Amino acid sequence: MTEKLLVFIAGAVFAIGLGISGMTDANKVINFLNPLGQWDPSLAFVMVGAIGAHMTTRRLILRREQPLFAAAFSTVSNTAVNKRLLVGAGLFGAGWGLGGFCPGPGVVSAVALGTEALVFVGTMLGGMVIFQLLDRQS
Amino acid sequence: MMESIINATVGGVLIGTAASLLFLANGRIAGISGILGLILRAGTTDRRWRLTFVSGLLVGGMALLNLMPEVIVAPSTRTVGAVAVAGLLVGVGTRMGNGCTSGHGVCGLSRLSGRSLAATLAFMAAGFGTATLIQVAMGGAL
Repeated sequence: MTEKLLVFIAGAVFAIGLGISGMTDANKVINFLNPLGQWDPSLAFVMVGAIGAHMTTRRLILRREQPLFAAAFSTVSNTAVNKRLLVGAGLFGAGWGLGGFCPGPGVVSAVALGTEALVFVGTMLGGMVIFQLLDRQS
Repeated sequence: MMESIINATVGGVLIGTAASLLFLANGRIAGISGILGLILRAGTTDRRWRLTFVSGLLVGGMALLNLMPEVIVAPSTRTVGAVAVAGLLVGVGTRMGNGCTSGHGVCGLSRLSGRSLAATLAFMAAGFGTATLIQVAMGGAL
């Protein structure tokens, strides 16, 4: 199996997981984030399943010296908890609660060519490009 | 509710497994906002695997659309204008904070990163705050 095929399958499985989990249902996401409305706490279990699966399988994978198709496992060197992190995450969360989409479900939903998902992905990608052009650190 | 919980858990397991497949293949972190942002940034040298991953996301989306179209639902209580602003906030915020629900939430928490925990708490608080504020101030629609 080539790297390309495995990475492609990872993307496809990720998308199907988002769909089955309920994350591509923007109304469900909005209801999850709004305990004073028709609260639907079930999406908390997406994190339970995802972290449970990733944490355990990641540990098994790290018994290898290197990934199948790369020289080393990527490491994250940035451990800073600073204003930039918290303001960025806050802006992201506000957008998530406002529109009901986070990046993955937005992209996956866009294949249905609905106006909302297409507009969301368009302005999200635009926001990314604008921020990256203005910011020297990213 | 029980069915929703089972679906959420099963879907979550698939998401976490997909992140591990990517990690096994090339050692990379399955953070969707980072993957998208770096595809769009001038000077990114390893754009190819990111494009492959996104093409997998899109084909997975097409499979959903064909096999279970009912899972893709647009926000019925939000105007297109609100969604446009939401996209801008998500785009700027995820690049500023270096991650979203997948990179900080799933991958970061799975490796017990304090930085990702702080980010996840911040975006969850902001998400709950925003959706709840729209409920309280506007009756749940904007």
